[in-house]
Amino acid sequence: MPLRLLKFALSKEHPAPRFFKSHETPKKSYDVVIIGGGGHGLAAAYYLAKDHGITNVCVLEKGYIGGGNTGRNTTIVRSNYLTPEGVNFYDASVKIYEGLSEELDLNLFYSTRGHFTLAHTESAMRTMRWRAEVNKHVGVESRVVGPDEIAKACPQLDLSCSGQAPILGALFHAPGSVARHDGVAWGYARGADRLGAEIYQNTEVLGIDVKNGKVCGVKTNKGYIETKQVLSAVAGFTPRITEMVDLETPIVIHPLQACVTEPMKPWLDTILVSGSLHVYVSQSSRGELVMGSSLDPYEVHSTRSTLDFVEGLTSHMLDMFPFLSNVKVVRQWAGMADMTPDFAPIMGKTPIEGFYLDAGWGTWGFKATPISGKTMAQTIANDSAPDLIHSFRLSRFEDYELTGEKGAASVGH
Amino acid sequence: MKLLTCPMNGTRPLSEFVFGGEYRQAPDQDTCTDAQWAAFVHNRSGAPGDKKEWWYHSPSGTWFIAERNTLTDKVTRTYLLGQNNTTQEEGK
Repeated sequence: MPLRLLKFALSKEHPAPRFFKSHETPKKSYDVVIIGGGGHGLAAAYYLAKDHGITNVCVLEKGYIGGGNTGRNTTIVRSNYLTPEGVNFYDASVKIYEGLSEELDLNLFYSTRGHFTLAHTESAMRTMRWRAEVNKHVGVESRVVGPDEIAKACPQLDLSCSGQAPILGALFHAPGSVARHDGVAWGYARGADRLGAEIYQNTEVLGIDVKNGKVCGVKTNKGYIETKQVLSAVAGFTPRITEMVDLETPIVIHPLQACVTEPMKPWLDTILVSGSLHVYVSQSSRGELVMGSSLDPYEVHSTRSTLDFVEGLTSHMLDMFPFLSNVKVVRQWAGMADMTPDFAPIMGKTPIEGFYLDAGWGTWGFKATPISGKTMAQTIANDSAPDLIHSFRLSRFEDYELTGEKGAASVGH
Repeated sequence: MKLLTCPMNGTRPLSEFVFGGEYRQAPDQDTCTDAQWAAFVHNRSGAPGDKKEWWYHSPSGTWFIAERNTLTDKVTRTYLLGQNNTTQEEGK
C-alpha cells in the first residue's frame, strides 16, 4: 500500500492536494523542452530529474495532461512480443510498472491478471509457439496452453465462438496486467514537478527554430522559449511536429477506437485477446468491460467515433460471450495512433542536433511509458541512445533494418 | 465519410471501398541516390491536409483517385487516374 494513503487515513485533515504547481508563463529559456504532457513526456521529465539531475525542464501540453493517447488506450501492459529486442524492451517496462505505485507514491491500480492471446487457426498457433519460445529465451513468462486451461481461467468463454472460430489454444503471458492509465500521467507529473520540472497545460507549440542543423528555440502560444534540446513525445501529432523541422518519417495516422460497457460485478479475471476476432477485452477495477479492436482502415487525423466500430466489435464479443447480449455499451472514443511500417516505435536522436523523437507508438505506447521515459531521458542527458532502443532508431529505415514486430500486434491491424 | 463516389459506379457505402494509400511518384531509379530511394520506400507525408489517394471499389475491381482532406475526412473529387477533368461531389 502506498505510504501516502496510510498517512491520509490517519490524518484528521483531508485537503484535496494539487498534483503539480501551475505557472503563469514559461521562462525565457530551459535546458530541455518536452513537447507533449502525456505519460511518455512526463515520464521523460521525471527521469531527467531523478536519474540525471536535469531539472531546468518544461513540459508543454496543448490540452490537459494525459488527455491524449495516455487516457485513451485500453490500459494493457504486457511484454509477450515477437522479436528479442521488442521483448527485452517491453519486459524492462513491465518491471518498472510493477514497482511504480510505490515509487510514485500513487495507487495506479496495477493489477496482474494474466493475458491470453487466443488462437483460432493452425497458423495462429504457430505464431503463438514462436512468440512463446522467443519470450522464454529472453526470460519472459509465456507459454502455449490448450483450451482446457483457457476454460479454467475464463469459464464464461464460449470456446467454439458460436461455432464460427473454435479456439485451438492460446499464448498465456502471466505478467499481463492492467493499470489506471491517467494515474500514470498524474503520478509522473507530480514526481517531475516535485523534482523541479515545470508543466504547462493549454500551451501549444507553433514552431521549432532550427539554425545550422541545431535546435535553438520553440515558439509557443505563450511566447518564445530558448532551448538547445527538444523532445517530441506527441504520438498522433508527431507528423505535425516533424513538419516544423522538415524531418521526414514513415509515420501515418490512423484512428484507434475503444469502448466500455456499463459496470458489472467482477467476472472476467484475465485479459483476453483474439487476433482473428479483432477483440481485446479486460474488466476494469470499477467493473466495466474495456474493449478495443483493430485500427480504422484509412488515414484520418481525428478522434471521431464510428458506429461501424461498435457494431463490428460487439458482434465479435457476442461470439465469445453470448450472455452479454443485454449489456449496454456506455462510452466509446478514439485516439490517433502514429503507425510505423514495422510496428515498432521510433526513438532517439534525429539528423537535427538537439531534436529527439519519441514517436511511432501506434497501438503499443501505454505499456512502454516508464521505459520510454527512462531511455529518452538517458538519450537526452548523454546525447546518445542506450543499446536498449538502438533497434528503434529513425535511421533504421534508411539502413533497411526494420524490426519484425507486426506478428505481435494484439490484433491483426 | 460514410459514402464514397466511385467514378465508374456512382455513390456507394464506404464498406465497399479499400484505402490504397497516398498517390506518390517514384524517383527515377537510374539517377536517384540510395538515400532518396530509401526515403521513397519508407517515408510518408504524415501531416494532415489535402491529399491525393488511391481507393479501390472492391465489388467492381476499380482503382481510382480520391482527393480528400485527412483532417476533416471530406472528399472533394474522385476520378480515374489520368481523367481528372470531372468534378464529383462526395455523397452525404
